[in-house]
Amino acid sequence: MTIKDKEKYKKVAYYPGCALEGTGHAYNRSTKAVGKALGLDLVEVKNWNCCGAMEVKNLDPKIQTYLSSRVMSTAANEMNMDVVMAPCNGCYHNLKKAEYDLANDQSSAEVVDKLSRKAGHKTYQPGQVETIHALDWIKDAIGEDGLKARVKNSLAGIKIANYYGCMYTRPRHIFPEKDQGPGSESTSKPHFMDDLLAAAGAENVEFPLKTACCGGAHTLSDSDTSTKLVLNILKTAKLAGADVIATECPTCHSGLEMHQIRAEKRLGEKVDIKILYFTQLLGMALGLKPRKVGVHENVSDSIRFLKEKGLG
Amino acid sequence: MRSLADIERILDAPIPGGDGGAIAATLLSVGEDVLEHWVTAHGGTPTKEEREGFRLLALHRQGAKDDPSFNACRETCRELAYHYNLVTMDAGSADTTNRLQMMQMVCRHLHLFVSGKLQVAGLGDFCCSARPIRAESDPAITTSKEA
Repeated sequence: MTIKDKEKYKKVAYYPGCALEGTGHAYNRSTKAVGKALGLDLVEVKNWNCCGAMEVKNLDPKIQTYLSSRVMSTAANEMNMDVVMAPCNGCYHNLKKAEYDLANDQSSAEVVDKLSRKAGHKTYQPGQVETIHALDWIKDAIGEDGLKARVKNSLAGIKIANYYGCMYTRPRHIFPEKDQGPGSESTSKPHFMDDLLAAAGAENVEFPLKTACCGGAHTLSDSDTSTKLVLNILKTAKLAGADVIATECPTCHSGLEMHQIRAEKRLGEKVDIKILYFTQLLGMALGLKPRKVGVHENVSDSIRFLKEKGLG
Repeated sequence: MRSLADIERILDAPIPGGDGGAIAATLLSVGEDVLEHWVTAHGGTPTKEEREGFRLLALHRQGAKDDPSFNACRETCRELAYHYNLVTMDAGSADTTNRLQMMQMVCRHLHLFVSGKLQVAGLGDFCCSARPIRAESDPAITTSKEA
């Protein structure tokens, strides 16, 4: 990546989405803190709305396309930004899906145009912005070498299983930039989070359930299935030798944390493994205190573990 | 085809001692049985074909036909095949027991996902579906708002 390309990602439109204002607040806090520590500029999308998440998508996928397109339209047409960064996998996935649908499905484009005119804003045109994930953001703006040079507290001695969840890579056709050979992200075996945490000194373990289903969308309607799926993810990470599961999605993160507790209560199975956002780990590697990256906002308590590792 | 209860028993049992390759073959066949249950429950005849040398992958492809949400277990199937290769192509490795344990966990995930999806069809729907693409042929998800 050229210096010019790197510059493009140093100031991006930030779309936190609903989860980062609620259950995923620690992710919001740590993403902003890491951005500040790295000298990156996050400009929050003005008056952003819900991306359509799963509820709207299941009811009417074209309304979801419209909602996501409005976020991109605001960034492009009202803020003159050309990159939107969404740390939440659900938001990231939905914006990418909207981009794909608008470029490939005429009826979606017509519905979005009609609703945009009715709402009184410019219709988003595919290609106006590039939607990226927080992983792309740090990888593209700073890179592993840049990160290594800024590490103050190495994550050496911490074994990490990186859990990407389902929406970061699926369905493959909405992520045309992935699977493009060396340097690009893989949809079958993603590695960007592994790369960044390794640059911060961590030891990544071989984890075969990186993108496995955790039953997240059914966590309320069929909690037992979700608990069993999560329990298997936790046990597999433990068997792989991990101390920590690193996450990059608020839905995955809260699902893992909540079902870790539920598995103990309902199934009597306790798995002693810490669950932390990758931005929390990177933030501490950059010298930030656990509180600065919202470790106290996580459901599970990792403070003693972090102190033992010299990060507390 | 083993029953789902028998499959569960195999996946809950400790990895036995003995020939690692044979144990890996058993776990692979358990994975195939899990997918056979899915295909059969949807009125299909489980394929005998192979993809990339694995019937498991052909069965996954068959199971995902017209149901993109089934792709939520695509990587799990590929990891199962990968672990089978690890054990059988590196026979005698000091890591064999650990690899077999890992293979068992992966197989359990496949079983949990498929058996969960047999009860709750929408499992995996959120992440892997491309609904707008399907919408043209699925009147159930085309609403009057589009008119």
